[in-house]
Amino acid sequence: MTHYDIHSIRNDFPILKRSVNGKPLVYLDNGASTQKPQSVIDAINYYYTSQNSNIHRGVHHLSQIATDAYEVTRRKLKSFINSKEEHEIIITKGTTDSINLVASSFGDAFVQEGDEVIISAMEHHSNIVPWQLLCERKKAVLKVIPVNDEGELDMDAYRQLLNDRVKIVAVTYISNTLGTINPVKEIIELAHAKDIPVLLDAAQAIQHVSVDVQALDVDFLAFSGHKMYGPTGIGVLYGKEKWLNAMPPYQGGGDMIKDVSFEKTTYNELPFKFEAGTPNIAAGITLSFAIDYINSIGIDKIAQYEYELLNYATSELLEIEGLRIIGTAKEKSGVISFLVGDIHPYDIGVILDKLGIAVRTGHHCTQPLMKRFGIPGTVRASIGLYNTKEEIDELVKGVKRAVSMLS
Amino acid sequence: MTINSIQDELIEDFSFFEDWMAKYEYIIQLGKELPLIDEVYKKPEYIIKGCQSQVWLHADLVDGKIIFTADSDAIITKGLVSLMVKVLSNHSPQEIASSDLYFIDQIGLKEHLSPTRANGLLSMVKQMKMYALIMQAENK
Repeated sequence: MTHYDIHSIRNDFPILKRSVNGKPLVYLDNGASTQKPQSVIDAINYYYTSQNSNIHRGVHHLSQIATDAYEVTRRKLKSFINSKEEHEIIITKGTTDSINLVASSFGDAFVQEGDEVIISAMEHHSNIVPWQLLCERKKAVLKVIPVNDEGELDMDAYRQLLNDRVKIVAVTYISNTLGTINPVKEIIELAHAKDIPVLLDAAQAIQHVSVDVQALDVDFLAFSGHKMYGPTGIGVLYGKEKWLNAMPPYQGGGDMIKDVSFEKTTYNELPFKFEAGTPNIAAGITLSFAIDYINSIGIDKIAQYEYELLNYATSELLEIEGLRIIGTAKEKSGVISFLVGDIHPYDIGVILDKLGIAVRTGHHCTQPLMKRFGIPGTVRASIGLYNTKEEIDELVKGVKRAVSMLS
Repeated sequence: MTINSIQDELIEDFSFFEDWMAKYEYIIQLGKELPLIDEVYKKPEYIIKGCQSQVWLHADLVDGKIIFTADSDAIITKGLVSLMVKVLSNHSPQEIASSDLYFIDQIGLKEHLSPTRANGLLSMVKQMKMYALIMQAENK
């Protein structure tokens, strides 16, 4: 494998040098949020020191600089996910905001009483609740693709669910709890055969694998800046032009308008039609530095490195007596969820925290999935591009120690 | 013993622990001594909200004193409940309702007081005081 300079990479992330509870930080909660490289941190500072101004609305110099910098991010996002047009990139507050936008706006236009919306049993609440709200509002029906014991989608059941009443399919690309990489190309092809559009929740994919919206032919794709080494409060909705043009506005206000009068207001063109109000400008501008950072290493190199680390972590953890992995799909990425015997995941999380190891415990915003597996939650370790084998060793040591204290 | 003298004794006990591991081992041990809630009370109305694990709490008024029983499916949480029960159980509603629980911070468990989703220590304290207030009112 080509050289992956992990030491240099770790040096780029200042927070990784800190201690927690007197121990060196072992940050394995990247599924919840990622740490930021110095270039992103510096860019935030630079924005407020030298660029800060409202965008898309001024004629003065600062407003022009800020606007240009913001649109640079859009351009980079277009390349990053290989969107055909820049105006198919809507900049939002995050994945949850993006999905709510589609559920509301697409739902408004295309989902009627008796229609169906398909999601899956492994979805994050942010890809469940917006659709529940839509179905309640429109008296539509929510259908759920079941998940097997390995944590894979039941594709036969999916095929059965696709019918003439289905208006949209919304599934996760990579599961935040199980790590399952879903067969998204197949899911999209099957839906398209019946003219049904597909939304992919790419919140846990965008930082781990190369995402190409044209190759996928996906209709909508959502992800967050803070999970891809960028700032919080910013995200993306990619949408095919044909859909975005046919959808009514989501939020009304400044920027999304063309002309406003009390008789009639006309709306701006894409992408601004869906970008009402002043956005998180600093986050929007500095997101491009996160994209640059990922590109400086290469997403494929990152994917390869993480793949090996995940395999190592899996085999090491399985050495622990009584440990079982929740989510054993053939194709996985990014996360390992596990339980040890009857020990409550919260207990293990507390002990690991004392050892400076940050993992997440609980239902991971996937309560229906936990119910399906009959468990209260899991301990989840999630990998980022800066984690090391040594950190995995610390995790394993920590889990063993926790288990001995708690047995 | 008064609530405060129990607190002071606990603070002294905990001061002997040299590291967090010894502290948590003690808490885990305390959990095993928790007066267990009757299985019949393991119902939704006795669950303390705000905990990542399940915590059941029940209160009985016996000769003017509140007796708490509880349980949890997480060991550390069980230990924390046990600490709270040790301090507050077997006192009058007035004493419990007006108690100042300074020991939690002083034994270094301040992090368990923060109102995040994960831990329900704050919720536990609230619930125990709520029982005390209700029983105090009923007594009058």
